[in-house]
Amino acid sequence: MSATIPVRLTVNGVEHELELEPRRLLVHALRDDLGLTGTHVGCDTSNCGACTVHLDGKSVKSCTILAVQAEGAEVRTVEGLGTEEQLHPVQEAFWNDHGLQCGYCTPGMMMAAVGLLAENPDPTETEVRHALEGNLCRCTGYHNIVRAVLDAAKTKSPTIGASS
Amino acid sequence: MSVHAETPHVGRALRRKEDPRLITGRARYIDDIVLPGTLWAAIVRSPEAHARIVSIDGSAALARDGIHAVYTGEDMADLGGPLPMAWAPPGVEVNNPEHWPLARGTVNHVGDAVAVVLGEDRYAVVDAAEDVLVEYDPLPAVVDPEAALAGAPFVHESLGTNKVHEWSLPGGDLEAGFAEAEVTLERRIVNHRIAGAPIEPRGVLADYRAGALTLYTSTQVPHFVRLFVAILLGLSEERVRVIAPEVGGGFGAKLQVYGEEILAGWASRRTGRPVKWIETRTENMAVTHQGRDQISQVKIGAKRDGTVTAYHVRILADFGAYNMLLTPLIPSLGAFVMGGCYKIPAVRTDIVGVFTNKCPTDAIRGAGRPEATHMIELMMDQLAAELDIDRLELRRRNFIAPEDFPAAVATGVVYDSGNYAGTLDKLLEHVDLDAFRREQEELRTRGVHRGIGFSTYTEICGLAPSRITGPAGVGVGAGLWESALVRVHNTGAVTVYTGTSPHGQGLETAFAQIVADKLGVDPSVVEVVHGDTATGPEGRGTYGSRSLATGGEAIAKATDKVVAKAKQIVAHELEAAPEDIEVAGGKFSVRGSPDKGMTLTDVAGVAYIGAVPEGMEPGLEETTFHDPENFVFPFGAHACVVDVEADTGKVKVVRYVAVDDCGNPVNPLLIDGQVHGGIAFGIGQALYERIHYDEDGQLVTGTFVDYALPTAAELPSFETDRTVTPSPSNSMGVKGVGEAGTIAASAAVTNAVIDALRPLGVGFINMPLSPMRVWHAIEEAKS
Amino acid sequence: MIPAEFDYVRPESLADAIQALEQGGEDAKLLAGGHSLIPLMKLRLAAPTLLVDIGRLPGLGAIQRDNGSWRIGALARHAEVAGTAELGIVARAAGTIADPQVRNRGTIGGSLAHGDPASDLPAVLLALEGEVTVQGSSGPRTVSAAELFRDYMETAIGAGEVLTEVRLPALDGWGFGYHKFNRRSEDWAMVAVSAVVKATDGVCEDVRIGLTNMGSVPLRAPAAEAALRGRPLNADSIAAAAAQAADGTDPPADLNASADYKRHLVRVLCARALQEACRTASGIASSPGGELA
Repeated sequence: MSATIPVRLTVNGVEHELELEPRRLLVHALRDDLGLTGTHVGCDTSNCGACTVHLDGKSVKSCTILAVQAEGAEVRTVEGLGTEEQLHPVQEAFWNDHGLQCGYCTPGMMMAAVGLLAENPDPTETEVRHALEGNLCRCTGYHNIVRAVLDAAKTKSPTIGASS
Repeated sequence: MSVHAETPHVGRALRRKEDPRLITGRARYIDDIVLPGTLWAAIVRSPEAHARIVSIDGSAALARDGIHAVYTGEDMADLGGPLPMAWAPPGVEVNNPEHWPLARGTVNHVGDAVAVVLGEDRYAVVDAAEDVLVEYDPLPAVVDPEAALAGAPFVHESLGTNKVHEWSLPGGDLEAGFAEAEVTLERRIVNHRIAGAPIEPRGVLADYRAGALTLYTSTQVPHFVRLFVAILLGLSEERVRVIAPEVGGGFGAKLQVYGEEILAGWASRRTGRPVKWIETRTENMAVTHQGRDQISQVKIGAKRDGTVTAYHVRILADFGAYNMLLTPLIPSLGAFVMGGCYKIPAVRTDIVGVFTNKCPTDAIRGAGRPEATHMIELMMDQLAAELDIDRLELRRRNFIAPEDFPAAVATGVVYDSGNYAGTLDKLLEHVDLDAFRREQEELRTRGVHRGIGFSTYTEICGLAPSRITGPAGVGVGAGLWESALVRVHNTGAVTVYTGTSPHGQGLETAFAQIVADKLGVDPSVVEVVHGDTATGPEGRGTYGSRSLATGGEAIAKATDKVVAKAKQIVAHELEAAPEDIEVAGGKFSVRGSPDKGMTLTDVAGVAYIGAVPEGMEPGLEETTFHDPENFVFPFGAHACVVDVEADTGKVKVVRYVAVDDCGNPVNPLLIDGQVHGGIAFGIGQALYERIHYDEDGQLVTGTFVDYALPTAAELPSFETDRTVTPSPSNSMGVKGVGEAGTIAASAAVTNAVIDALRPLGVGFINMPLSPMRVWHAIEEAKS
Repeated sequence: MIPAEFDYVRPESLADAIQALEQGGEDAKLLAGGHSLIPLMKLRLAAPTLLVDIGRLPGLGAIQRDNGSWRIGALARHAEVAGTAELGIVARAAGTIADPQVRNRGTIGGSLAHGDPASDLPAVLLALEGEVTVQGSSGPRTVSAAELFRDYMETAIGAGEVLTEVRLPALDGWGFGYHKFNRRSEDWAMVAVSAVVKATDGVCEDVRIGLTNMGSVPLRAPAAEAALRGRPLNADSIAAAAAQAADGTDPPADLNASADYKRHLVRVLCARALQEACRTASGIASSPGGELA
């Protein structure tokens, strides 16, 4: 094992100081070191987007970022999106519209959707579909996912593009 | 919320009970489970398609920090036997070479497991696996199934052949049927190899302690896994507990007993430590079983008026390197519905299975039926063109009529119910064909080649009944029934244990709806427990669109038994006759006196705390094993509209309309969701996805870069509708819907592309309809 | 999949980064956004022993207009480039790279330094006749696009050098078209064509065409350019020029596209790109012969 180095991360508003190998992927730091297992791994090649989180407010694929690259950054995961008591509008819309089946792609899909709505609060269907082109779902055919994102946008919630 | 409900829940689009944990990141998938002291496993896999293993040297790997052990096939000599093939077609010989969790002597496809490295750290075992030195003596690889059938080289030298088996399902007088035909058409239809590709790869966590094994595995079939793990590890079955945690999709790829499941259990026993293996996507593409891969010679005979008189399909099925759990069964599943929704007096399917040096094939969403639909629906379009009869008119002339159900068809099965013209009529309410043809003409003048394709399908699912699927029927080594245990607790809350193992279908919600209505409670107080062999009765898992029709029916019957007991208690308490008690308005009450009644909570109070009637056992729970008399046969009519760019060959689906009939709907939201996903799966195969091996047996499409699952940007929104033709096969009148979209879709897409290309002289094309293949077809037609 | 072990430094200055690279030897690699390098490392197709992370070096991410040219800092993210519409074809091409998450991390400098002929930006840089600044211990030097791409994933950037800036002519008034062909919108280009056209009174005063994934390096289409230069811009002249777009190319075949198919595609896409470029060029509206497709 190569020497570890200290990495400071603020995840869902909580500061953490970790000692990590430089090669440790951000997704493993989140899942295995911080126990935030809502972020998933579905491929080796940055295609599936199941690992999507927000890094300083932008959606990124945490399997393609070294944890050390996120030094000092603000990370948001699905666990920081909303709680069961107070769901984020995108979570609520995914639930209402049956925008998920097995649920494995869902956290990444929702983080990508929130990333889109932060930049474009009133997207067209085509814009939603292109904004999600980095996230694979095998269950839904995307139909209800797209509908959920459009419905979330319709709520005009002030927190729609925000992570909390 | 009151636990006592006023309104029926079955038939309503309730949002799912499963979702809160899934949308908040609180669900627990296999890789989320952590046990203290766990050893990580990394598997050393063959880079060769076919080779003898000369030597394996794990010393460098073992010398690394934190590496606990390196094991090979030789170390596993104590295994009770090779990996199982649970289905042997009766009356025919099946070549079934040994298939071990870690290879013994030879490797037979890229990715075949050769050794396992165990260590303390997820990253360290990956490094160490790279240090295991394996010397291979390459053997010639067999890749093309037609060449494999022709002769040497052989995948398994000792067999002296690459043929696995031959199996036929004759039906009717084929010779007479073709003799009667005025037109005979033959096509070579290729159904290429695809992957199930659930977004969650597989994974196993095995924990052997004190003589018992707990195995967490991302599976569709925990009970099958328990059975075979117990047999192969020599453990008594009750000492093995298999838990399917949250499972991130299966699509058939997790309907299997995999070597890694045996290996993890074995390694945990050997080391005395929990052992965890999480599949990478690269491994998944190489070693998780794949599907389809059939080349068929399809012949149809008809009279000039379009009446189909005979249909003969000869399938060469590429099974890859080994038979897995159900491998030889898969093409046969299609044989039962080979004639589709048509009245064809003679239908015959001949299947030849063949070994190649590729990943084994087995059930992938639809499993045999997508291939069958694809063939008959393409052939109906081909025949219509040949006879110059409208495609839909030709279908209507051959549809089995509604009054003919239950319909015994030539293949020997009895279609339970259907109204094929009904779904087609409804489809055409959504699709204005005259308007489409005008639009198509207009677009062609602008160089846009738009086409519409149809697929009117039926399929066979609800896997059960044992009398047909079991050893006495087509020979599945395990009868296929389903179980349920319905337990009313002291408070009137309900837990339902099902032997099915849902992994995204929404059955926790659908099953709760069924139980809630029967017991007069709200679905929110009905918990559905699944995927754990230590809870509830024996079960058979989730696949083959069986969970509702077979598992849900078991739950309905168990609940009926609970209701019957509850009625006796209520009758006793209210001094009425049990037959006068009804469940209405959230209460068990005497018919005609709705104000006088007991809630389920009241009844449970009597059953557990108060005094049950003389001679009655206390408690309020019932178990049922349900083995239906027949399969269920969902059906429908799908239309796909595509635009083909003639100068590049690129195909885009611009519209997709599906009218499906899965009997009585339990939760329309879930039905639509299944149909959407099924359609996307079929479009994916038709246009984007393809597993490809090069001539040396190297996997070319080994990651999600090359194995192109469609994204949201490639697909349109879908239009769905339903007709309702209840099934007589179960009390609820339901049919399965998990595979229907997939079974229908590839034919609709392909027929649409052919419709678009006909003016360019292309009358037939095989999948995958990649831009280059379509462009080549157009160019060939030009010359 | 997990990268092999490596050492990691995050220098505070460009000079420190260059020094670290030099000391790290040939197996040292620069890390910026990491979206070309980390995927290769995860598959263990690349195993650098040292990563020099320049992702946070200040002053390397600006996008600015400087008289007749654009200066884009090497660390400018694809999303930032795509969001700067004034960059024309560069913004358009950057907006087609992979997916939003990748565009939020990947950098223009990283993409060009990686030198993948299937990437979107190298051929655009070539078509625009842009240049990059690379800096080593002996100071900065300028490398033209034509010199930058030497062979498959091999550039003129030395082992101890850092690509710091990309400079592109602004090409005010030129029209542009970028047409990319892939199976899925997130995929790499099977083939792509970049075209920029300068027109005066409906006549092609200048044209430059870049080809993506048509060889081991990004290419120009000199025959097509020559065929159009000085000609009136109309459907016929564009078709005639596009017909020569594949001349002299020997594209690598892959699973999805044979060499012949790629040559065919590049002709089709070239016509589309030129048509779009002509529609957007300022010297067309007044043209009497401006009928295009």
